[in-house]
Amino acid sequence: MSATTAPPLEVRGLVKRYGNLAAVDGVDLTVDAGDVYGYLGPNGAGKTTSLRMMLGLIRPTAGTVSLFGRDPWETARALDGVAGFVEAPTFYPYLSGRRNLELLAAFDGDGASALIDSALQTVELTDRARDKVGGYSHGMRQRLGIAAALLRQPKLLLLDEPTTGLDPGGMRDMRVLVRQLAQQGITIMLSSHLLAEVEEVCNRVAIVQSGKIVYEGEISALKRSAGAAYTLQTTDDERALGICRAQRGIEEARPSDGKIWFSAEEEEAVAALSQALVEGGALIRALTPQTARLEDLFFSLTEGAGNGAEDAAADGAERESIQAQAEATR
Amino acid sequence: MSSGAVAAPAPRIAGRVGRPSVLTVYRWEVFKLIHLKRTYLGLGLSVIVPIIFAVAIHFRHSQHGDFAFASYLNRSGLALPLVILLFGAVWMFPLITALVAGDIFASEDHNGTLKTVLTRSLQRWQIFAGKTLAATTYAVIAILLNGTFAVVAGTIQSGFNPLQSLSGTTVSASHALGLVYLALVIYLMPIATVLCIGLLLSTLTRNSAAAVVGTLMISLLFQLIGVLPGLQGTQPYLLSTQFQAWQGLLRQPIDWSPIVQAVWVCAMYAVPALGAAFLIFLRRDVAGG
Ligand SMILES: Nc1ncnc2c1ncn2[C@@H]1O[C@H](COP(=O)(O)OP(=O)(O)OP(=O)(O)O)[C@@H](O)[C@H]1O
Ligand SMILES: [Mg+2]
Repeated sequence: MSATTAPPLEVRGLVKRYGNLAAVDGVDLTVDAGDVYGYLGPNGAGKTTSLRMMLGLIRPTAGTVSLFGRDPWETARALDGVAGFVEAPTFYPYLSGRRNLELLAAFDGDGASALIDSALQTVELTDRARDKVGGYSHGMRQRLGIAAALLRQPKLLLLDEPTTGLDPGGMRDMRVLVRQLAQQGITIMLSSHLLAEVEEVCNRVAIVQSGKIVYEGEISALKRSAGAAYTLQTTDDERALGICRAQRGIEEARPSDGKIWFSAEEEEAVAALSQALVEGGALIRALTPQTARLEDLFFSLTEGAGNGAEDAAADGAERESIQAQAEATR
Repeated sequence: MSSGAVAAPAPRIAGRVGRPSVLTVYRWEVFKLIHLKRTYLGLGLSVIVPIIFAVAIHFRHSQHGDFAFASYLNRSGLALPLVILLFGAVWMFPLITALVAGDIFASEDHNGTLKTVLTRSLQRWQIFAGKTLAATTYAVIAILLNGTFAVVAGTIQSGFNPLQSLSGTTVSASHALGLVYLALVIYLMPIATVLCIGLLLSTLTRNSAAAVVGTLMISLLFQLIGVLPGLQGTQPYLLSTQFQAWQGLLRQPIDWSPIVQAVWVCAMYAVPALGAAFLIFLRRDVAGG
């Protein structure tokens, strides 16, 4: 078996169509061992549908999912070392939390039942374990879902919006837990519609919109591309553009909307540029750091599609350029 | 990497040892049935009906019904289980069976728990097999419980006396008792068919109430077809007819032909229904919940 060498999760050309609607439309991604991978997108982007296919719950219309080299639709064996849940985790409401875990541990086999106590402790549910799940709050069920996943001693965790519906404290606890688990060596794939959350806990991200991935890469690259762009207006933009392109540390300089757009990783480089401009005879009228932070980038990536073909096309072009920026700054 | 450190690592048994099986699913399905009200509704019906019958006989023993065995009810308690088999075929036994069969898959949809159990280490066919076995166990227990209560209630009411066969001969009480249980076993064939139809509707409709009502409807439809003028010829092939197959036991010598007929007619309905349920369950998308 190639199980040891194959990446935890590899998705190629994944498509799921419901009638005319492509809920997932050609997704490619690879989650490597040790990644905390964010699958970020707005409501209806196709996150849950993707995760369902990754867990073998629904059959892809096209494309493949491979978990450590095995197809989850073909065999439940593919889920060895894999755990997770889609949407809110569900349990038998008429059984207690502990009984539910006992049932699931039995369905896991391999001595999973010995882990129940510690899993309950990890998610701080020991006190309520004897109560019926029917009486649990949403947050408690969410935590029980994590406990149920831990019984499988996963090497890969697939979590669908684990913090959705939790109060601020619960969200913080969940993120802390995710980071803890990641530190213990578990590869994690989590979906979210909160950029801040992904930024906080993930090292890689795929941004998905209408079933398509519009950005894929390291969070740090995304951050750089979002945070360090400037526009420049001078008395002589033609000359200034030449100076920008020649300047060290200034990247991607190009005319844009009657201004010069460039990115810079170091603020020192921008300072040096201003001096070079003065010396070169292109006096600065305005030098504006792009306040378009990560959030705006996210919106620009995920909004607008579906507002007519023209918009969509324009958006597509914009996205490509952002993607290119992100790539370039990596 | 120390993935085991998540929750104090238990000694993991190497290899395949300890992998869950159909038996694992079966045990937990039975456990779940024990915790569900509808199980007791079905079993309660199985138990209470013989008692009601016995009490009714007690207060109306001067009157004679015009159905088979009615006249024997006062002479031997062993006639009671047979009379109940006769009447129960209309809707009681199909209902008792459908209560659990129609619910066993649909309830997972209702609770949204299919995704929970399907993301463990079990194959879908194992879940299907475990659930089917558990529903079968329930149906068998319901029928045997009903028969046993009928024997006891009948005996208390009318005594453990010899029974008159349909051929007019007399069958000793102990021999008749054996025949009663054999009749119950034969009765399990059409019951199993109803069960398979219930399982099919349960996977198909994903709705417990729809599956239970649907199963009952189908069983009533068979009876309707049987009494429609011009369709009498279909009778030997109807499910409802197979509920009467056990009566062959009450002839002397025993007439096996309706029983043999029941074997293949029941299979003709049950096998495709179960097969379809199986395929649907194996291929279905588990979304929602
Ligand atoms: N079973 C289904 N039948 C029909 N359409 C579906 C089905 N499941 C999902 N969809 C559609 O697919 C699209 C993607 O849904 P999905 O649940 O994957 O989105 P999501 O990214 O998880 O959204 P959210 O953030 O709201 O959870 C939606 O337009 C949804 O209506
Ligand atoms: Mg979702």
